[in-house]
Amino acid sequence: MNITDLSAARLSALLRRGEVSALEAADAYLCEIERREPRLRAFITVTAERAREQAREIDRRRASGEALGPLAGVPMALKDNICTEGIRTTCASRLLRDFVPPFSAGVAERLERAGAVLLGKTNMDEFAMGSTTQTSFFGGTENPAAPGCVPGGSSGGSAAAVAAHEAAFALGSDTGGSIRQPAAFCGVVGLKPTYGTVTRYGAAELASSLDQIGPLTRTVLDCAMVTNVLTGHDPRDATSLVREYPDFTSDVSRGVKGMRIALVREFFGSPFAEEVQRSVRRAAEMFRSLGAETEEVSAPILTRALPAYYIISTAEASGNLARYDGVRYGRRAENASDPDELMRLSRAEGFGTEVKRRILLGTFVLDGENRERYFEKAMKVRTLVVRAFREIFSRFDLVLAPTTPTVPYRIEERDADPETRYLSDICAVPASLAGLPALSMPFGRDGAGRPAAVQLIAPAFGEREIFRAAYALEREEGDV
Amino acid sequence: MTPEFETVIGLEVHAELSTASKIFCSCATGFGAEPNTQVCPVCMGLPGGMPVLNRAAVEKAVRAGLALGCEVQTYSAFDRKNYFYPDLPKGYQITQQERPLCLGGSLMIETAGGEKRIGIARIHIEEDAAKLVYGGGKVLVDYNRCGVPLAEIVTEPDIRGAEEAAAFLKKLRSVLRASGAAECRMSEGGMRCDVNISVRRRGEQFGERVELKNLSSFRSVARAIEYEAKRLIAAAERGEAAARETRRFDESTGRTFAMRRKESGGDYRYFPEPNLPPLVLTEEEIERIRASLPELPDARKRRYVSELGLAPFDAEQIASENAVADWFERAAALTPHRRRLAALTLTELFRLLPSDPESVPLPPERAARITDMAEAGEISAAVAKRLIERCFAEDVSPDEVVRAEGLGVIRDEEELERILREALREEPKLLTDYRRGKSAARGAMLGRVMRRTGGRADPQAASAALDRILNEE
Repeated sequence: MNITDLSAARLSALLRRGEVSALEAADAYLCEIERREPRLRAFITVTAERAREQAREIDRRRASGEALGPLAGVPMALKDNICTEGIRTTCASRLLRDFVPPFSAGVAERLERAGAVLLGKTNMDEFAMGSTTQTSFFGGTENPAAPGCVPGGSSGGSAAAVAAHEAAFALGSDTGGSIRQPAAFCGVVGLKPTYGTVTRYGAAELASSLDQIGPLTRTVLDCAMVTNVLTGHDPRDATSLVREYPDFTSDVSRGVKGMRIALVREFFGSPFAEEVQRSVRRAAEMFRSLGAETEEVSAPILTRALPAYYIISTAEASGNLARYDGVRYGRRAENASDPDELMRLSRAEGFGTEVKRRILLGTFVLDGENRERYFEKAMKVRTLVVRAFREIFSRFDLVLAPTTPTVPYRIEERDADPETRYLSDICAVPASLAGLPALSMPFGRDGAGRPAAVQLIAPAFGEREIFRAAYALEREEGDV
Repeated sequence: MTPEFETVIGLEVHAELSTASKIFCSCATGFGAEPNTQVCPVCMGLPGGMPVLNRAAVEKAVRAGLALGCEVQTYSAFDRKNYFYPDLPKGYQITQQERPLCLGGSLMIETAGGEKRIGIARIHIEEDAAKLVYGGGKVLVDYNRCGVPLAEIVTEPDIRGAEEAAAFLKKLRSVLRASGAAECRMSEGGMRCDVNISVRRRGEQFGERVELKNLSSFRSVARAIEYEAKRLIAAAERGEAAARETRRFDESTGRTFAMRRKESGGDYRYFPEPNLPPLVLTEEEIERIRASLPELPDARKRRYVSELGLAPFDAEQIASENAVADWFERAAALTPHRRRLAALTLTELFRLLPSDPESVPLPPERAARITDMAEAGEISAAVAKRLIERCFAEDVSPDEVVRAEGLGVIRDEEELERILREALREEPKLLTDYRRGKSAARGAMLGRVMRRTGGRADPQAASAALDRILNEE
């Protein structure tokens, strides 16, 4: 038995029964990290000693018969925009390369309480801006499922770590596909939960009205299990909902009989790659064979979601990133003659090109008359996207769509013009704008063996239905 | 002021709401703590710090709104005001731009020309910035103040001069204090004011307006307005158009000067604060707060005039401080001589009180007793003053002090005559001056009696005694 090949659910069961110790599990993963990291660069920081210490503590508590959390001893990784007390949190930026937060994010606390063992902090696009994980100040991550290719982004480090069995699961953040797209590229499961169900407290913000933290896992059941731990009210996040959540693992295997699943016509044809469209059609067929109904619907406004997304997300980001000025923390420019210059130089030296590009975009769309021309118009589109989904979900339980327009591409192609890169978010952003839960899961491979994926979108709080459908698809695909 | 011109003024007043914790985090708001000891990831703008609205700040601001006759909005919302400044940790301030908490109120002020209504356009809540401390070639930042809740009260351009502006601020302060919304401690920056000022020829369009930033005392506001109005009128007379600009008032020179564009900011690129849901209040909540408001200064003033027979000016002064007004009402219930009590309160008691009195240490029954003794002529005005000081400072009854120190008024003309003769023996010049026709010498001679009796001489009796002496020869 190779510990790192086990799913988180399976490993957790063995840990509970004492067949594997938390220390063994941590060591196995740390060993795998040591073996694969030099090439992959999925991690920015590996916290080996802390991980072993935490694992020993869990073993000690288990030995003394104490009650342990549902993820006790399961080794995992956190995207490096999630604050961890005493462990540097860089957002993959030069500006924060030595920043050690004095507090932990709400999700980090929840995982710690559940007993999950932190292996380290994963690589990402700088400040979560990008879809390649190549804009990281610490160097790009490679896709373990498609060597030579990008892992997607911005949570590419988390996706790669899970795919390469460097962690049993990982957390990412998703603003406009940053969990789902790398999950698709690396052949793992990634969920962007309903907006407001997972606390954002302590996670560096990109676009506050869109950001959600979520899990990247190897199986659908793992995803449901981690979602159980992540969801719940946090009084420190005013957008965190006060709500009771079901056990998401309890009915994953109920099947899809009678489920009504919509396919959005606008997500076929150009610019969607042939193999991507094939995966979606094949998944639809499989759902039908399992007793679900599928139907094609049209929602033209969803094609407008992309520009609206880029306007809103960059506008919010321009505000959210204003705090990184070198005054209170982070890398401070030397030789500034006054506070204004200090802030200007610290930002000029600290931010990478993509971050600057988006801050400029965001500043532009809010400036003077542009506000009405761009930002307010985008907000109207957002309302229309919400309505379009409401209309679809009045008749359907789920939407089946591609996650990305393409399969993973080669790292050398990453520098395509920004517009082409931004296009890769086209299927991901509608659910983001509407705050809906959406999951990407691996589904087949292309001719070159690169992972393909499909996306399932549900109405708000429809994670249960998503897990049921995804689980059914995963099981059926595994049987093939 | 040149009668041809009119000064048009609107104020933006920032009042610190009196909450124990900050508006978007649970840090303490107490003034004077060691720098950067009342801070957390939220108010320091760390990555992932998120605002959570303190409902106590909302309640305080609603109190202010109701006390100023505003329409409190059941739905208001927060926006981000974006600009870079070292005192602004997040690079934006959370405020209410599009949907403020309160709209449309007013405040009545006393002016030379009688009562005047000053319109309140809006009140919104927002977070304060940090404090910059310059020194030794360094700029230091104290984040304790960062996130302290502020109400920004914006007036209509109804104010016509420095005097009205000062009267408005004084009255506003008294209403905010009385309503329990804000302490407005001026020395702690608890109330700060921006002035929008323009001048126009009477009957013409408004001129371009100038903003005077961050004035922290009534006196600075008045001085800044006076200076700026003169400057603007002089420019207008020369036929120059005023520039729309932001200026700073220099306390030491009494002049205003233009701020750098960078400091005054341009477009703030407002957008809705995505981390805070809209602020929703129910009518019931608003009514509950209204019901809990104490009697406000204007109502008290009217009652003091109609029920206690005070002069309007005296009534306004006493009603302006809650602690004093509460105390006055208790004392007034114990004496029929309310006007004298009011006079003693205004001339003697106010001097002894700090600028933001929380309570009055002089027991009301003693103040009533001193009032009665003064009214009955048992003690002189000077002794009344001394008694108020004594009873304010220590736990003694006025009767005891009068008895122990022999402070009762001296009406005995013979005794007063004896004291006068003694004084004139030592200063015969007074008498010769009087004889030479210097009438002021008479007052000086009476003054000597007062001094020698410690103010206890009955003025009428002393005058009669003096007449007897002067008529002798």
